[in-house]
Amino acid sequence: MSIGILLQIAQTLAAILLAPLLMGWVNQCRAWLQGRSAPPLMQPYRVLKKLFHKDVAIAHNASPLFRFAPYMIFSCMALAAGIVPTIANDLAFSPAADVIALVGVFALARIFQALAAMDIGTAFGSLGARREMLVSFLAEPALLMVVFTASLISQSTELPIIVETLAHREFAIYPSMAFAAVAFWMISTAENARIPVDNPTTHLELTMIHEAMILEYSARHLALIEWAVALKLFTYSALGIALFVPWGIAPRGDLAALPLAVLALLAKMIAGGATLSLLEATAAKLRLFRVPEFLGTAFLLGVLGMLIHFLLEV
Amino acid sequence: MSLTYHLQVINLLAALLLLISFAMLSQRRIVGLITLFAWQGAALSTSTALVAWSTNQHHLYYSAGLTLALKVIAMPWFFYRLVKKLDVDHDVEPMINIPTTMLIGIVLVIFAFNLALPISQMSGTVMRSTLGIAMACVLLAFLMMITRSKAIPQVIGFMAMENGLFFAATSATYGMPLVVEMGVALDVMVALFVLGIMSFQIRESFDSMDLKHMEKLKEL
Repeated sequence: MSIGILLQIAQTLAAILLAPLLMGWVNQCRAWLQGRSAPPLMQPYRVLKKLFHKDVAIAHNASPLFRFAPYMIFSCMALAAGIVPTIANDLAFSPAADVIALVGVFALARIFQALAAMDIGTAFGSLGARREMLVSFLAEPALLMVVFTASLISQSTELPIIVETLAHREFAIYPSMAFAAVAFWMISTAENARIPVDNPTTHLELTMIHEAMILEYSARHLALIEWAVALKLFTYSALGIALFVPWGIAPRGDLAALPLAVLALLAKMIAGGATLSLLEATAAKLRLFRVPEFLGTAFLLGVLGMLIHFLLEV
Repeated sequence: MSLTYHLQVINLLAALLLLISFAMLSQRRIVGLITLFAWQGAALSTSTALVAWSTNQHHLYYSAGLTLALKVIAMPWFFYRLVKKLDVDHDVEPMINIPTTMLIGIVLVIFAFNLALPISQMSGTVMRSTLGIAMACVLLAFLMMITRSKAIPQVIGFMAMENGLFFAATSATYGMPLVVEMGVALDVMVALFVLGIMSFQIRESFDSMDLKHMEKLKEL
């Protein structure tokens, strides 16, 4: 049990510290693919450091909610990072929160983000919040369908048990997971404000979703939100790894597998970040009103995955 | 799961077939549709060859080869040329909007799966559980033919339906006798050429590939 707690703390800390690195890697890959000279790998850390040293400028009519929201968002993402197994399966928190709770934690962070965006009363803030809600209310059921497909295979909604079933039992090809993987990619682009749903680098009012919500933030608040964004990307990548390529995560009570698990995680994150930037570089951004269609397709693929599971795998 | 690996791969290919059917349903551009059709043929040909290999049914190798030659190479090439000649590669607005079409598609899939369940229990082949997918592919191709108003997507829908039927035959009874399959392939080729010539004629007469214009004919 004490090992479980230690592993839990180590894993959560590792996620928090490594998340900006993944962001830096994705940005670097993207710059290479677009033919630009890439920013250094450590750039996100430098941005965070710079922002933490600045003084906060807050609008006069900001309510306490506006100040509180960045802390809430960051802690939600840290909690989410703790739920998903990245290097070890033996997590102390795992009986407390399953994948459904994970989806709920993401939703909680999103609600605070949207409320804080509307709090100041600027046009951009409420525009961003509305768009975010439009995207997320479609992405959330789709994400649930994807995790349900994995849960049906492993007969549990707890992530360590899902990983255990998929990685450490006899190898089998699950056609339903192929559908779930495509759906998961579509959802994660929407949830992480990436192309084709949103462009993380744009400040163009016609297209921005996530950036519109955080325009009013500055200094340490902005740093926490940026960090939370990186952490969310990390958590989604970890969730994707846990569901679709779980091989290498150390099983319960096997401490000798830990160094290999860390290496496997690094390799998978490097490959995953490169794939993400490749997919982003080859895709065009969707018109906002095409996004419901895109996410509707993701939902249908999730449902199809479940149907295929009942047809072929029971 | 106690299935052997090649059977698992066949199941995966069957799932891929269904995925491509849905992708075709949501595809707006004709060139994208043709590419997807070629991929569907490739998945079909691979799965047929795998069935042939795993069950020692030698005539299925010929079917797989025929599929590869016709549906992956010849027909897509023909369609690409047709599209280039007619210059019709732009967005096609389907008659029902795409999310609704996809929802109808899901309902069709559930219907097909339920319909195939009792039939597949009677069948004695190793891959009988994929019969539901084959029927779903047929129905989805049918849906595509109904919801598209242009001639070429309708022809592709027809060919995709033939793909689904072929897969159903393979999964229910290890394919039809070779003579029947050759006959079907010939039929499809003839249909393709007739439709190819037809589409030129349609454009000559109406200056458009939209088949709605054909309704004018009956008033004469």
